[in-house]
Amino acid sequence: MNLRSVADLTPGESGIINGFMDDTLSLKLLEMGCLPGQPIKFNFAAPLGDPICVSVAGYNLSLRLDEAITISIQ
Amino acid sequence: MSKSDIPKIALVGNPNSGKSSLFNHLTGLNQKIGNFPGVTVDKKTGYCKLDDHTKAEIVDLPGTYSIYPNSTDEKIVYDILGNKADPLHPDIVVVIVDASNFKRNLLLFTQIHDLNIPCILVLNMMDIVEKTGLAIDAHKLSAELGVPVIPMKARKGQGIDVLKKALLENLEQDFRPIFNAHDLAPEAIDAVKETFSVNDDYVAYQMLQQYRINSSLTENEKNLIADIAEKHQFNRDDLRRKETLERYAAINHFIDGAVKETFAQLPKRWTQKLDRVFTHKIWGYLIFLSILFLIFQSIFAWATVPMDFIDLTFSELSIFLKSQLPEGALTGLLTEGIIPGIGGIVIFIPQIAILFAFISILEETGYMSRVVFLMDKIMRKFGLNGKSVVPLISGVACAIPAIMATRTIENWKERLITIFVTPLMSCSARLPVYTILIALIIPEKTIGGVFNLQGLALMGMYLLGFVAAIVSALIMKLILKTRERSFLVMELPTYKMPRWKNVGLTMYEKSKTFVFEAGKIILAISIVLWVLASYGPGDKLERAEEIVAQTYSQENLTQEQLENKVESFKLENSYAGIFGKAIEPAIKPLGYDWKIGIALITSFAAREVFVGTMATIYSIGNVEDESTIKSRMRNEINPETGKKRYDFATGLSLLVFYAFAMQCMSTMAIVYRETKGWKWPMLQLGYMTALAYICALVIYQTLS
Repeated sequence: MNLRSVADLTPGESGIINGFMDDTLSLKLLEMGCLPGQPIKFNFAAPLGDPICVSVAGYNLSLRLDEAITISIQ
Repeated sequence: MSKSDIPKIALVGNPNSGKSSLFNHLTGLNQKIGNFPGVTVDKKTGYCKLDDHTKAEIVDLPGTYSIYPNSTDEKIVYDILGNKADPLHPDIVVVIVDASNFKRNLLLFTQIHDLNIPCILVLNMMDIVEKTGLAIDAHKLSAELGVPVIPMKARKGQGIDVLKKALLENLEQDFRPIFNAHDLAPEAIDAVKETFSVNDDYVAYQMLQQYRINSSLTENEKNLIADIAEKHQFNRDDLRRKETLERYAAINHFIDGAVKETFAQLPKRWTQKLDRVFTHKIWGYLIFLSILFLIFQSIFAWATVPMDFIDLTFSELSIFLKSQLPEGALTGLLTEGIIPGIGGIVIFIPQIAILFAFISILEETGYMSRVVFLMDKIMRKFGLNGKSVVPLISGVACAIPAIMATRTIENWKERLITIFVTPLMSCSARLPVYTILIALIIPEKTIGGVFNLQGLALMGMYLLGFVAAIVSALIMKLILKTRERSFLVMELPTYKMPRWKNVGLTMYEKSKTFVFEAGKIILAISIVLWVLASYGPGDKLERAEEIVAQTYSQENLTQEQLENKVESFKLENSYAGIFGKAIEPAIKPLGYDWKIGIALITSFAAREVFVGTMATIYSIGNVEDESTIKSRMRNEINPETGKKRYDFATGLSLLVFYAFAMQCMSTMAIVYRETKGWKWPMLQLGYMTALAYICALVIYQTLS
């Protein structure tokens, strides 16, 4: 299994959430609806490349790159 | 029902769920904004008539995604709901959810439900749900959850009556928790239940989870819980993760029965298209700058008309009353103290209303979170957070709500820096000072056919404040050290048309709060100032005519010239004049005289007093003169040079001084409360005063 994260997605690409690499952050992300097994889609990045906008659980969420990198996908 | 039996109803929901619309529908103009005890988060309460006999008190709690707070703002929800002894603990909770984003919204509902408080679930945004082809069976959902479920279109006001009716009905529900906390940590929960005589598993579980931030517990009680948690190996984070997963599993189960999902993502089309423009590399920033520009131009162009009108009305009222009432100290107080004082408050209303209209439109439409998104990376370079943009922009209206708005920033260092630099943003209280000084030193001209030169100068003042704030933030970033991590996990809501009723209510509420809160201070200072300017030590003031007549007996002065000399002699020898003269040596290098010195002293409490002070100083004994404050200042002559008092150098130096100086007691009080100590407000005061003094000094010395 190759370890990819949400930060590796290209605009428009989707992945399935696998797990989290950061314990503290995962509590918050879970409550925001980022659940393992859920699809997550990279929508677009801010003009300066960071933060990024993803679609998850039916809504848009903004994440910084160093936050996106903690969400592993398959 | 007796008065104390008025049922308390709390509104709870995710941000952007339409909670404020519902609140406005329920309470209308019958609402007030106060503070939650001990903290300065806006507490909106209001009364609602449920039927002809029953009134209910509605409390609007801050929007949150979960009962586990990420910010101080969100903490209030747990403080009030998790503690049955809290005076604000509600009899009924109305949980409002965005039904078009059902799953995530329901999480909070399941948490609150398990605290065993009678609940009503409101499914808002049913119009969007219908459009997307989603079908929610409210009856079925109600049966599954065991609570009333009410579909609503809060923007249109549909469903409000059904909610009112449901609130009247007996809400004795037979309670069974959605998440069974007891299974996960039976010993710890039983121990807490016994020690604190708590009935509900989830309340006990929450005490174990959040005792550290629970403000209703004493240190001793916290230690007790800590011991229990340690003894029974209560692993907070692990359990919380399990809890969230179990709750989502339960939610999926509810949804399976009651919601028919078609996997269409129709309603986001507009949002996608708009995001392509609003977060575009070039257009994104251009649009943001244009919006800011529009705000400043409109404040200057639109607000000056009613402001000039207010200015004129109050000066004419003074003249009229002075001519009608018998002469005496009381008339003097009324026409020279109180009326110019009230005028100095009322004159702010147009600007405050326009500013808050813009800010509320930006928030209502969902554009504000795009600004956060656009600015985050830039702001991080300066030790701030994308979310700091909101306080900085609100700071243009008033630093007090702006500093309160920093509560959404989770990271303490970023929040502290934002609090520290926000008062450098030019608030609306500086606007009248700017307006009057710019009108005195900048010619009224139009460049390029569109740009008003005075408007540009005004925008320049705002830019100056912004640059000062940003640079100060950078300096602080280098000084402060922290290991705490900073987050930006933020919902980007869909774009919506602003609800004009909400915008209107915000304008009304903010203006009202300003008039009554700031107004009290301004009025009090105006009266004190009038007394100080009308009385003085010894009998010099009574003998003013005599002394002046003696001094100028050689010269042939007209009656009018003599009277003017008498008036200025009186002011000079009053208490206010003595104070002004006392600080004159310190402010002379900046180009100010003792009269401006008086204004600086009174502005220490609140800078908006400047114009009122000017009005009072220049109207003492002078009310027969029909001119407004502006023209009185324009005609003021510097006796040393024989030229205008408010020339370019003095005017600019004064502008910059007011841009940077910390002249607002209320801001200092808020910073004290938010940082829980005097260290930061004192540092702020010292830093900003020094910055103001040095910059004004450099400007005046270079230009004059």
